[in-house]
Amino acid sequence: MMKSVMVYCEVENQKVADISQELLSAGKRLAQKLGCPLNAMIFGANLKDIKNQIAPFGVDKLIVGDDARLEPYRTLPHAALATEILKSEDPQIVLFGATSVGRDLAPRLASQLNCGLTADCTILDIGDHFVKKEKKEYKDLLYAIRPAFGGSIMANIINWDMHPQMATVREGVMKKEIFDTNYTMEVENINVNEIVKEEDFVVKIIERHIKESGVNLKDAPIIVAGGYGVGSKQNFEYLQELAQLLGGEVGGSRAAVDAGFIDHDRQIGQTGTTVRPKLYIAAGISGAIQHTAGMQDASMIISINNDPDAPINKLADYVINGDLGVVVPKMIKYYKANAK
Amino acid sequence: MRPLKIIVLAKQVPDTRHVGPDAMKPDGTVNRGKLSTVFNPDDLHALELALNIKDRVPGTEVTILTMGPQKAADIIREGYYRGVDNGVMISDRRFGGADTLATSYTLVKGIEKLAPYDLILGGRQAIDGDTAQVGPQCANKLKIPQVTYVEKVIEINEDAIVARRRLEKGIETVSAPFPCLITVHGSSPTCRSRHAKKVMKYKYARTKTELRSADDLILSLHEQRPYLTIPEWSVEDINADLEKIGLAGSPTKVKSVENIVLTANEAKILNDSDADIEMMIKELIEHHTIG
Repeated sequence: MMKSVMVYCEVENQKVADISQELLSAGKRLAQKLGCPLNAMIFGANLKDIKNQIAPFGVDKLIVGDDARLEPYRTLPHAALATEILKSEDPQIVLFGATSVGRDLAPRLASQLNCGLTADCTILDIGDHFVKKEKKEYKDLLYAIRPAFGGSIMANIINWDMHPQMATVREGVMKKEIFDTNYTMEVENINVNEIVKEEDFVVKIIERHIKESGVNLKDAPIIVAGGYGVGSKQNFEYLQELAQLLGGEVGGSRAAVDAGFIDHDRQIGQTGTTVRPKLYIAAGISGAIQHTAGMQDASMIISINNDPDAPINKLADYVINGDLGVVVPKMIKYYKANAK
Repeated sequence: MRPLKIIVLAKQVPDTRHVGPDAMKPDGTVNRGKLSTVFNPDDLHALELALNIKDRVPGTEVTILTMGPQKAADIIREGYYRGVDNGVMISDRRFGGADTLATSYTLVKGIEKLAPYDLILGGRQAIDGDTAQVGPQCANKLKIPQVTYVEKVIEINEDAIVARRRLEKGIETVSAPFPCLITVHGSSPTCRSRHAKKVMKYKYARTKTELRSADDLILSLHEQRPYLTIPEWSVEDINADLEKIGLAGSPTKVKSVENIVLTANEAKILNDSDADIEMMIKELIEHHTIG
């Protein structure tokens, strides 16, 4: 049988993470192109019913490591289990979320297995590559496509000789879709104690405060985002006011976050959140790929910019040439005047 | 408390935060000459964390290790200016073109030469690739635990370090035994400034290669003060396997690079006049986009 596509699933309190569901869908699309099985692995506590959350994505086999010590995530025990599974299953492609878990685990595994890993992909595809030096055509490779160099270019990264081909993907980038609610999936429980050693638990979790972030950019219908061009934290208050009025959320480009204008959890783009709102208002954002990768699927885009040649204007439905300090208060004024 | 031995991994990177319009050539490739280089920001945070531990645990020795072209000797000098005890540079053309796997192999060969150590520190990620992979890959090769995204050291004792990690949705405090590797998050304290006396002391620090084009004054200074000569390690010095370094040791290859040219929409071009903005708002309300 053809080598599988494998997805590492994150789980907490018996709930499969959103990012992992998105990856299962992305994995299924790749597996269908390749005509190969889609498999998944999941490690956590009390997982006896977890299969119901995973099978509908069209997963052929789920490998479960069920042990109280596997939750919350710690690097070494998860790495030990995943290494064992990847060695015995020998998949061609392995996908991880570009989360604080996936970005911690995947590189450790890539080093252990001596294979390639591409971070923060925005597009995954299958294609061929001719290696001139070997005069050989490699068929059906993973195209791991990501913005690179601060987002000024898109790079297609391939790996033809040191497999598996591994990639991480940010939350919100891949579309989640149920494949078949009655899909038949094989479940294999692995014996955790046979694989994980006592010394894999040397790092101890002393305290943990995890809360669902109050910010939900992914589901906001309207986003008012500011870039470096906003100029100051104070100017972001205009955007805040507009967002509140329209029932939306405020976001920022990486440059705005780096400049301290806005909190990190509101970053939009390849290394932040990917959004698909019905209206995206970009103020003082030039439009590096790093940013546009995370918002280009918005239904409608308004760009407010002093620079008529800002790259983002090419994506926009409305381009307002002007200063946001003038434009945004007018938008507020005329919205109040005209909204029913 | 016994003194610790700390190694800080630091990288010189193109300043991708300030990419100007001339940073890309018309064919879509990066015009490296137009980008200035900087000390990778997260690595500066790692350096501060190391120096902070040195302040807290007397006798602690901090060594900064970098890999890169000759120009990257700036990283070592910058480390000296801010208070490290030693600096080592891994530099050899044959290391070029390395992806994260080959880079981690090379750094680990250097770290092994510097062993023993208690703690390896590095930034969470570098701004030229944003991969955050080299830290965990080094930890794996060194067979030591890793603690990623650290923003604060809570406690240090004989055998272990207690640190707070910054996760996407919260924080986590963990203890890890020595030796271990820590990657440092940008939410940790920013690095202290250069120390004027240290700048005076180390401004003529040079690698052997740099000395080849140095003037007599610098050469004679290096004869009198051997500490000014920055150790520079080649493939042979760290006993690296040629198959595991540079392009040959890198599984990931760039198939193609595209300078995305956004194709123009049929945008409505407005100015900041009241008439234009009221017209737009009315259209948006009419189409039920807002309101």
